[in-house]
Amino acid sequence: MIEAKDINFYYGDFHALKNISMKMDKHTVTAFIGPSGCGKSTFLRLFNRMNDLIDDTRLEGQCLIDGQNIYDKSVDVSALRKRVGMVFQKPNPFPQSIFENVAYGLRVDGVRDKQLIRNKVEESLQAAALWEEVKDKLKKSAFELSGGQQQRLCIARALAISPDIILMDEPASALDPISTSKIEDLIYNLKKDYTIVIVTHNMQQAARVSDKTGFFMLGNLVEYNDTKKIFLSPEMEETQNYITGRFG
Amino acid sequence: MKHTEKELAAIKEEVSQMWRLVLSQIEKAKQSLLNNDIELAREVVSREKRINSFELKIDSDCENYIALFNPVAIDLRLALSLIKISSTLERIADFAEGIARYVIENSCELITQELKDELRLETMFDTVIEMLSDSYVALDSENTKLSGKILAKDETVDEIYHRSTGVLTDYMRQNPAEIECGLKTMLVIRKIERMGDHCSNIVEDIVFYIDAKVLKHSKNSESVES
Repeated sequence: MIEAKDINFYYGDFHALKNISMKMDKHTVTAFIGPSGCGKSTFLRLFNRMNDLIDDTRLEGQCLIDGQNIYDKSVDVSALRKRVGMVFQKPNPFPQSIFENVAYGLRVDGVRDKQLIRNKVEESLQAAALWEEVKDKLKKSAFELSGGQQQRLCIARALAISPDIILMDEPASALDPISTSKIEDLIYNLKKDYTIVIVTHNMQQAARVSDKTGFFMLGNLVEYNDTKKIFLSPEMEETQNYITGRFG
Repeated sequence: MKHTEKELAAIKEEVSQMWRLVLSQIEKAKQSLLNNDIELAREVVSREKRINSFELKIDSDCENYIALFNPVAIDLRLALSLIKISSTLERIADFAEGIARYVIENSCELITQELKDELRLETMFDTVIEMLSDSYVALDSENTKLSGKILAKDETVDEIYHRSTGVLTDYMRQNPAEIECGLKTMLVIRKIERMGDHCSNIVEDIVFYIDAKVLKHSKNSESVES
């Protein structure tokens, strides 16, 4: 469903991604691991064209979703980002109520039917495993929630606009172990309805939640395989050195 | 249940299926030996492959679980114990298969019903089956209170085994033409005795998992609270 073909990406003169090709299947979780600066977040952000917002960058190759190159001139970037949601490292709720945070995308999308919005907000909060904790305080500010709850709220906000793909850039790195565990369970449960791509510094998190793992180093995709294979018997020595802590 | 717990529960379920199959193999090996039932013995031999498949699957699943979920404390002890237990169950099943092959291949007339009774073969088998069933209960209920009683039953098995040497020696003296057959019978009894030892090893693995105590190679295994 998602395919990268011969991707090269440059920040000015810096060659950040080198000849990367890979495919990600529908309704799976794919994790990208690798040392800081290896290009994994840059690669992730290609899939909803977040790198377009950075000056002096250049892309070669193709990013295909369901066979369509998302960098074609005909592609509507807003429509693409509706289809490819994103959750960031630090929870970033809007300075609004819990309800309005989740309803935001729907309102921007022109939905006016209040009942429809209410249903969608509840459904999204349920899917993000947050509904039971917030159902009695939907009008309270999102900032009153804990960090872990705020991150699940951001996931609910991403789900509300019914994306096909959710990109997650270190979604649990700012959270305590219990909140992290809730996010991981959530990722595991969401894959039946969504295709999820996650960047993480936490190798154990990649091992626990993903079906496939890609190991990046110095802008190269060193190894991409089933997560079990990567963590039990990786093919590349660099991967083994990284996941065993001998390098990086 | 969290998804990490589901993974471990699935492996536990596989071990439980293997356990039931091994118990059934011992029971059938017993019946085939006591009743000279060659068809039943053949069934035991043919089902051995399923036990081996279980062992390989459980090994692989435990390796994956450890590699992917980095378990610690009780979860790690459980994964390590299940690897050892599945290997031990496979060995017990090998002994059951060995006994079944003896039934298939043995044509000697030495083992009369009278001798079987004197060797207390049925009691020996039943004690091993009880040890294995009770140790499954201990694992499933995560309760090691039974462990002392289970380990004590191995003494019954050992006692019957030691006594059988004298019984078979007397019989072979009286039937010198049947010495080869007598020695093979001794090997069968030895297999049942080894099953008992392996059941004790399983109990030790369960105590390690639940109580984090190492009984192996220590005198503690004889003094576990009953």
